[in-house]
Amino acid sequence: MMPVPSSVPQPKDDFQEELVIRPLHSGDIYASFQFRTLWETDFMRGNKVSHYRLFPKSLGQVISKFSVRELHISFTQGYWRTMQWGQPFLPSPPGAELWVWFQDSVTDVDGTWKELTNVLSGIFCASLNFIDSTNTVQPSASFKPLGIGNVTDHRFLRYATLPREIVCTENLTPWKKLLPCGSKAGLAVLLKSEKLFHSSFHSQAVHIRPVCQDWQCKTTSWELRQTLNVVFDLHTPGQGKLEWSLFKMFSRTLTEACPLASSSKIYIDITDDPQGEQFEVSPATHLLSQAMVLGDRRTFSVYDLTQQITFGTVRSLNLLIRWKSRDMLRPLLHAERYVAGYGLQTGEIHTLMYNNHPYRSFPVLLLDSVPWYLRLYIHTLTVTSKGKDNKPSYIHYQPSKDRVRPHLLEMLVQLPPNSVTEVTVQFERALLKWTEYTPDPNHGFYVGSSVISSLVPSIVAMDTNSTREQPLFSSFFPCKEESSYFMRVYTEPLLVNLPTPDFSMPYNVICLTCTVVAVGYGSLYNLLTRSFQIEEPSPGLAKRIANIIRKMRGVPPL
Amino acid sequence: MGLLSDPNRRRALISLLTRLNAPICVVCYMAGVAWFMGLAFEPFTLRTYMSENAMGSTMVEERFPAGERALGTGREFSAHKKKAGGMPVDWLVKTMQSRGLEVFTQRFSRRLPFPDEDKERYMVKGTNVYGILRAPRAPRTEALVLSAPCSPGDDNNQAVGVLLGLAQYFRNQVFWAKDIIFLVNEHDLIGMQAWLEGYHHTNTTGMDWSPLQGRGGSIQAALSLELSSDVVTSLDLVLEGLNGQLPNLDLANLFYAFCQKIGVLCTTQGKLQRNDWDSVSGYSHAVQTMMLMVMKQASGRPWGDHGLFLRYHIEAATIKGINSFRQYKTDATTIGRLLEGMYRKLNNLLERLHQSYFFYLMPSLSHFVSIGYYMPAFGLLALILLLRMSSPGVLSVLTPLVISHLTGVALYTLPIHFQEIAVEHFPVSETEAVVLTAIAVYTAGLALPHNTHRLLTGRGTENGWKVLKLVAVLYLAVLLGCTALINFSLGFILALTLVPVAAFVTPDVPKALSAFIMVILSPACTLLFSVFLFQELQEMPVSFLDGWMLYLSVISQGILDHALYGSLVYPLVALLVYPCWLLFWNILFWK
Repeated sequence: MMPVPSSVPQPKDDFQEELVIRPLHSGDIYASFQFRTLWETDFMRGNKVSHYRLFPKSLGQVISKFSVRELHISFTQGYWRTMQWGQPFLPSPPGAELWVWFQDSVTDVDGTWKELTNVLSGIFCASLNFIDSTNTVQPSASFKPLGIGNVTDHRFLRYATLPREIVCTENLTPWKKLLPCGSKAGLAVLLKSEKLFHSSFHSQAVHIRPVCQDWQCKTTSWELRQTLNVVFDLHTPGQGKLEWSLFKMFSRTLTEACPLASSSKIYIDITDDPQGEQFEVSPATHLLSQAMVLGDRRTFSVYDLTQQITFGTVRSLNLLIRWKSRDMLRPLLHAERYVAGYGLQTGEIHTLMYNNHPYRSFPVLLLDSVPWYLRLYIHTLTVTSKGKDNKPSYIHYQPSKDRVRPHLLEMLVQLPPNSVTEVTVQFERALLKWTEYTPDPNHGFYVGSSVISSLVPSIVAMDTNSTREQPLFSSFFPCKEESSYFMRVYTEPLLVNLPTPDFSMPYNVICLTCTVVAVGYGSLYNLLTRSFQIEEPSPGLAKRIANIIRKMRGVPPL
Repeated sequence: MGLLSDPNRRRALISLLTRLNAPICVVCYMAGVAWFMGLAFEPFTLRTYMSENAMGSTMVEERFPAGERALGTGREFSAHKKKAGGMPVDWLVKTMQSRGLEVFTQRFSRRLPFPDEDKERYMVKGTNVYGILRAPRAPRTEALVLSAPCSPGDDNNQAVGVLLGLAQYFRNQVFWAKDIIFLVNEHDLIGMQAWLEGYHHTNTTGMDWSPLQGRGGSIQAALSLELSSDVVTSLDLVLEGLNGQLPNLDLANLFYAFCQKIGVLCTTQGKLQRNDWDSVSGYSHAVQTMMLMVMKQASGRPWGDHGLFLRYHIEAATIKGINSFRQYKTDATTIGRLLEGMYRKLNNLLERLHQSYFFYLMPSLSHFVSIGYYMPAFGLLALILLLRMSSPGVLSVLTPLVISHLTGVALYTLPIHFQEIAVEHFPVSETEAVVLTAIAVYTAGLALPHNTHRLLTGRGTENGWKVLKLVAVLYLAVLLGCTALINFSLGFILALTLVPVAAFVTPDVPKALSAFIMVILSPACTLLFSVFLFQELQEMPVSFLDGWMLYLSVISQGILDHALYGSLVYPLVALLVYPCWLLFWNILFWK
């Protein structure tokens, strides 16, 4: 290895890895990996960045070539069960989701978007190349940039989902390759596909955004966040204590941190039981950390992998937890969606949004992107809460164009406290051209998840009859600094059957119609158009010649 | 072509048709009946085969071990059912939850239009309990349903036991790609109707139900389980659904394939399949089986809880455990394994079941008659109607047409609306009132319309009846043709009795005899005979009085099915078939 000459100022980069483990109410266990690479560099303004250290080159080139300002891509297999599991740290819809903010210097956004999806398709071994104008929308309000920057003109935003996308190992491998240590060292050794895909939920994502370098925010650096969320099903019949360990989940134990990482930690959520009545964590740690997560104050046990002492004498860390599962949750906000009606002509999409907060109402932004082959009757749109009409304060609707673009419906709806808000809209199923049907076999046609974005009042602010010891001066005004938090909920995708012809039928129909036309119509046409007369048959040529000869001979003709 | 364009030959053909019209009609009728009877003859039928590749070639291994425990759960269920005096909702919710399902309940209530005396219910209130087994890594787009009814008395406890046992076993398996919904429905079909309407958020019959909280996406297939004994001798497959709809034949094939594999005796229409097709008794057995299917399909009733799924384009069947005196018994573990196998194969489906037939008859579980084979039998009967319309003025027939149809409308609406008046004035119950009003309107219809044209136009013209007959015969042809396309059995049975009437009725035939024959062949009498024939085919003959009581209850059930589940047979008969028959009655009494 050539030592890097110290005279050249190196762009500073930094890598952190983190694993959060949270036992869920349902008795399942949630593991969330986050890998963050920060790089103080500037891909824009014509800088030719050629030397890459921790930041993956393939993504760096994508950012500079396509003038990407922010890129969020997720691949998810399964549906996040909010009712059982509560809120995920990073929500994502089933299938693939991609949303990108482009720099305002980009002139042909659609063309760039098309190219970008094809390139990403190659990088992640996914069918992102199926993203085209028929499933791309430009949401006006639901997806704001998460990094720094002041451009919020939604002309530079593109959003698409592929609900049919199936996520498997071939997507995981390229994702792991983007990590500085690959899957050789650090937390990534746990990411073995045979275990990750033997779970109830699997989601992997890549988020790229510009962030401030320091508190003054004079210069920006690029942040690459790779996340992987997985929920393991630990169901055992009966209500006994559940047991879990790193080895049981991932069939690996940890032996070291990634040598390139500046920080490498495991957090275990022990909030629900700080006294250790229900939880047993071994090896025990005295390191505790408190954080506000999704509007709730949580307590975590922390294991620092960069410290040798964490691994103990056996030089391997195999965390073990025992706990008890409890009943269903009532998350403050959750949603469901289904298709109502029967038959193949019309239907109705119902979206239900639950606000379970006892006394506060809050607004939500609902984004629906429906493919063109479901023709929405937008005049039938109704929004009702508690049996009364609930008028949305903002509606952005873009009608679809057949075979060109989908419907886009965005609404700002106020959800009254402790209520269910129902949004219904009727649709008609279009008849497709015969080449537009997906090849046999198919389950039907998918409609992507609706996205509900909201600022939800936090649980901490809900806590009025505070029983825990608190200084009096801190608890008079109920609104605290973190009085609400941002939350995004995805509904389930829909599977809709369109009127599908039996494709062996055309052959039968051709045969049948040909026969009917030939026999039935043909003879009828004959009868109607021809006039029939009885005519003396004119003798044939041979006969005529024979008769001439006979005449010459004087014999009577034939 | 020459045959039609050559005037001589055409004339010859027409004269042949007019000269031999009556014999040709008789031959057609005979041929139609013979063709139909031939359908049950094994060499003429096709063996069933699996069309759907996803269910055919893949192998699954059934390992369900816990039949005994399931029966134990069934007994527990029975005890709680007795204690609660109905659906033990709390117990079911707790049990399903402990098995790792997401559990939801649905309340429903329904006031019947008149009391149902067969099942002794009028104001129905109940609760459905269902648990959803979420498939790992599936996005809630597809689901399968397994249901068992919570029946009054000691029935179907074992079914619920097996359902819960399967739920527990399925929960620990990793291969599910579709959510599985385990449903226990109260008040059999009414509960099922409430659940299906709730699931699809439609309301076709005016029932009250609470909205469902949890769903699993579009339902691909459903099985309903009925099991009332710890061991069974055979399993019976019930296919006939609402309005004569049938599930895709592949579902029946799947059941048959697994019965063969596991070694369970399986039946359809309660008839075992026999190998001696070449003997008379073997053939008559097949005819019996097929006729039972035809009768059941023609009735348009749902013959099991599965019947209501078919409207939503969900392939569904009912599996009934039958315990007779046979030596060979099958235990609950085996039934569990059979269901496990079927669900695993349904789970493998990559598309909706659509490969195989939707229109078929089954002379035995291993053989079927497809639409292409049975339609000629109907076609031959319908041909007679075409041959008989040989006479050409139209306005004069308008009066009888309108009056016949008004009678039909009266038959459709009066029974339910006049039940209260009837109950006040006569010593009968509501149900009897409805049925007897229906019969009274029907009989009154016979007296009413046949003199109408004389009242309005002076006297019957000679050609008037010919025109009326032309219209009536065309009407009947179209009516039967459409019915047979949707529900072959109903179309065929109606054709069997109405076509001879339509073909030979004129004002000139002997009045008394013809009137008698016409009444015998009228739709109401057809129904009466069907009731007796059905009992005969089921090998449970009844005396005339019992038959008559059964007949009355069939009529009330028909009206109820229409009100509760939207069955179309009663309106079809009252509004279309009966007025059509009245037209012929009118012709008979033209002079």
